[in-house]
Amino acid sequence: MAIIERPSTPALAGSGAPAVVTPSQAYGVLKRPVSTTGWRSWVFTVDHKKLGIMYGVVAMFFFLVGGVEALLIRLQLAGPEGTVLSAGLYNEMFTMHATTMVFLFVMPMAAAFANYLVPLQIGARDVAFPRINAFGFWCFLAGGLFLNTSWLLGGAADGGWFMYQPNANALFSPSHGVDFWGLGLQITGIASLTGAINLIVTILNMRAPGMTLMKMPIFTWMILVIQFLLVFAIPVITVALFLLMFQREFGATFFDVSAGADPLLWQHLFWIFGHPEVYILVLPGFGIVSEVLPVFSRKPLFGYRFVVFSGAAIGFVGWGVWAHHMFASGLGPVSVAVFSVATMLIAIPTGVKIVNWTLTMWGGKIWFTTSMLFAIGLVVEFTIGGLSGVTHAVAPSDTQQTDTYYIVAHFHYTIFGGAVLGLFAGFYYWWPKMFGKMLSERLGKWNFWLMIIGMNLTFGPMHIIGLQGQPRRMMNWTEARAGEGFFNLGFWNRVASVGSFVIAIGVAVFLLNVWQTHKKSSKTPKAPLDPWDARSLEWMTASPPKEHNFDAIPTVHALDEFFHRKYEVDHDTGEVRKVATGEEILAAEEAKADKHIHLPSPSYWPIILAFALPLMGYGVIYNRLLIVAGGLVVLLAMFGWALEPSVADDSDYDPPADGGGSNKELATIG
Amino acid sequence: MSTTADHVEHGDHADHGDHVDHAHEPHVHEHKPDSYYVKVALILAAITALETSTYWVDFGAFFLPTLLILMAIKFVMVASLFMHLKGDDKIFSYLFYTGLILAILVYMAFLATFRFFSPT
Amino acid sequence: MAMWLFLGSECLLFGGLISTYMLYRGRHPADLGPDQIFDIPFTSVSSFVLLMSSLTMVLAVSAAAQKDDRRTNLWLTVTALLGATFVGGQVYEFTSFYREGLGFTSSLFSSSFYTLTGFHGVHVTVGIIMLMALVGINKRSSVPGDKAEVVELVGLYWHFVDVVWIIIFTLVYLIPS
Ligand code: HEM
Ligand SMILES: [Cu+2]
Repeated sequence: MAIIERPSTPALAGSGAPAVVTPSQAYGVLKRPVSTTGWRSWVFTVDHKKLGIMYGVVAMFFFLVGGVEALLIRLQLAGPEGTVLSAGLYNEMFTMHATTMVFLFVMPMAAAFANYLVPLQIGARDVAFPRINAFGFWCFLAGGLFLNTSWLLGGAADGGWFMYQPNANALFSPSHGVDFWGLGLQITGIASLTGAINLIVTILNMRAPGMTLMKMPIFTWMILVIQFLLVFAIPVITVALFLLMFQREFGATFFDVSAGADPLLWQHLFWIFGHPEVYILVLPGFGIVSEVLPVFSRKPLFGYRFVVFSGAAIGFVGWGVWAHHMFASGLGPVSVAVFSVATMLIAIPTGVKIVNWTLTMWGGKIWFTTSMLFAIGLVVEFTIGGLSGVTHAVAPSDTQQTDTYYIVAHFHYTIFGGAVLGLFAGFYYWWPKMFGKMLSERLGKWNFWLMIIGMNLTFGPMHIIGLQGQPRRMMNWTEARAGEGFFNLGFWNRVASVGSFVIAIGVAVFLLNVWQTHKKSSKTPKAPLDPWDARSLEWMTASPPKEHNFDAIPTVHALDEFFHRKYEVDHDTGEVRKVATGEEILAAEEAKADKHIHLPSPSYWPIILAFALPLMGYGVIYNRLLIVAGGLVVLLAMFGWALEPSVADDSDYDPPADGGGSNKELATIG
Repeated sequence: MSTTADHVEHGDHADHGDHVDHAHEPHVHEHKPDSYYVKVALILAAITALETSTYWVDFGAFFLPTLLILMAIKFVMVASLFMHLKGDDKIFSYLFYTGLILAILVYMAFLATFRFFSPT
Repeated sequence: MAMWLFLGSECLLFGGLISTYMLYRGRHPADLGPDQIFDIPFTSVSSFVLLMSSLTMVLAVSAAAQKDDRRTNLWLTVTALLGATFVGGQVYEFTSFYREGLGFTSSLFSSSFYTLTGFHGVHVTVGIIMLMALVGINKRSSVPGDKAEVVELVGLYWHFVDVVWIIIFTLVYLIPS
């Protein structure tokens, strides 16, 4: 069987790859980090699976940060004239809550799944550019930490997550919060952009033989659509953030009405990015449930093609609706009418998906695992959010709703209901794959019901208080104006606050579940190879997968390849019967194992490069000299990177214990 | 700042067997002699000369359309001939022109909401 | 492919900057607008220089494809020099505008003009650094033509920067406001 081993030069030449001429030692103050255990094996890794897990852990951490911020907001609003937060702190809290959840939880958690699963689902050994992948992760971490240091350095951003101008310029927001916000998002933006390019190339170029685009797992499809949205949306916010930086730090007046500027410029740029962004948030969840529902309904996905095309259509139409966030800003009647109609159109592909999911379950033998419950939860809750979305696609009704709690209700049903529930469905579904152990189903059910009940208690009443006129982003409500009877604002605010704590308990149960499964004394047995009787390629390898994913790259003949290898239709009776188990299929694949496997080696440069960026960020805010210093590190790291061959030189490895060279045959895929 | 060295797939053809995808990176162009590129550059230079001449010569109503068309011609010439989009795998053209066309459409709509194109 | 995606993405970046400029180019004091300040003959020359650097770049790429490292390096160096001339011209242009009173914060026109052209200038500069680095790497390497693909990628980037200038030159300089 093939193992990852020390490379031997003759094999390199033998594989026909261009010979590596630059020995890494020649530049090596830094010896190539090649350890496979200990902290080094994580910090310098370029393995997509390890990076995926790190994305997941860090995103989870930020989920908790954002969650605490949310709880503080709900505590403040639990009673009339709350005193938990000062007005200023309240502004910082809702701004950072949204920013954290969107940019530091949902997006990177989606990246975690994408990183881990896409290569496995398409039968590849890694992504196209492993070091850039590592760089992306470190950028995300560096940017996220940078953003949050603002709490300690004079206060966080307080202009709302869309940071409207001129409200967020230095006059009205004098702390450095907004600067941290802009620069931090710039850095995480680099993470998204590089990650997106990487995944697109991976998906388009590295699919296993036989896997045409229309035989590609649906999750990978949705990830592909998202990456295209990212590639084209990130530069738009980059422009906006640069203008913001020049405005706040260098005295330009791009959004200053008194200088004759048009503040709508910011709004347009932000929402041209912002609307594609909401699909970037929700499509990963869509992809996950499109995998989960068929497996637990024991039926193929209904109308695979429709799901693919409606996903692509959403991606496309999503570019033409951004101004629906600006109906109340004086765009003029023609613009409002055009964007209103366009927005209604986008409900169509979204509806197509919901119909497909429902018909997938229709008549299936449904297996109510926790993962499945979350997936069904998504379909139901997201439908509610989509419907309220259509109500504000109608511009006249939107002018009533905008900036009230009704909007808050809408987007939480879409984002919490559409994205977060999907991610949790993914946790439970792929946990055995990623860690080789099953999460407890019993705790899982508690987790699910607490979250589902909690979310409806929290966000459901917001429809009512919004239509009653409670504005969003107000730090206080008063008993005197709360109204009477059923529509009493006070009552529903209290319900919402209670609900938010129910969600929090649900999340705590999830963490407890993880801890129970993995603590040292845990008796949880090793997960079976194919616990869910799954359908796609990632299950056709060990759990957790070996470092090189597949011993032999499988050849694909069908959508749902794994399923088709396990089951056959009897020609006479038309019955579907099982012809092989997962273990047998895996054994057959391992027997064909490739002799030549060589993975790219770990590297220092990604992390060094990524952490030079916040240095430049601090430079912009505090001292221009730091920009130069950071810039030099960037330059240096890029040179180091460019000169470093992707596969480590023999001399970088410690001499093997047995003293002799390796006699394993190796080839390179680096 | 990627270099080929980073490309996992590169040199991995043996592992993947027959590739489903045609979007394949190391591509070989049919080789063009240097004189060909010089000719293209001469045409580009001539167009630039024509463009700048609008500064001195009055083109009247044709002024704006002429400039825009010349600009587009130059753009496409550089993209297809110097950047070898013509003759290369179609996927590259798709990727690039998707970005370009999306940019044009979105930003035209954006300027339109500011009534940029309406006569004032 | 990665480079093409990146360039597709850059289209939206420059699109945003150009649109911002278009929106604001008329917003300036009467005596300090584009029509008063631009020196078309000068900019035409530097545009021409950048255009010709695309030619030398393509020659470098084709030399690299023929594994002719010496000619590759020669053309890469010439390209870098032409690029540097362009950037030098831009620096000169900026300073003379500045002397005429057009600072970065003078007006919306000036801020958006400097932002747009400055971004482009930074792109050219990054390109020059990559070209120089390539020459350096090529010199060290003993296998001729082994960096051909990298030369090609840098070439794509370089042509793109040129193409963006083609647009900027027309929209910003030649069309009066
Ligand atoms: C059926 C499809 C949808 C329609 C028709 C729709 C429509 C709208 C409209 C018109 C607004 C602007 C309301 C206002 O501010 O006055 C809005 C806001 C919002 N939507 Fe949706 N939406 C849809 C789906 C989604 C999805 C899938 C997400 C996210 C995953 C989402 C997230 C948001 C967010 C975050 C906001 C609020 C932005 C803010 O003001 O902070 N929407 N939606
Ligand atoms: Cu929207």
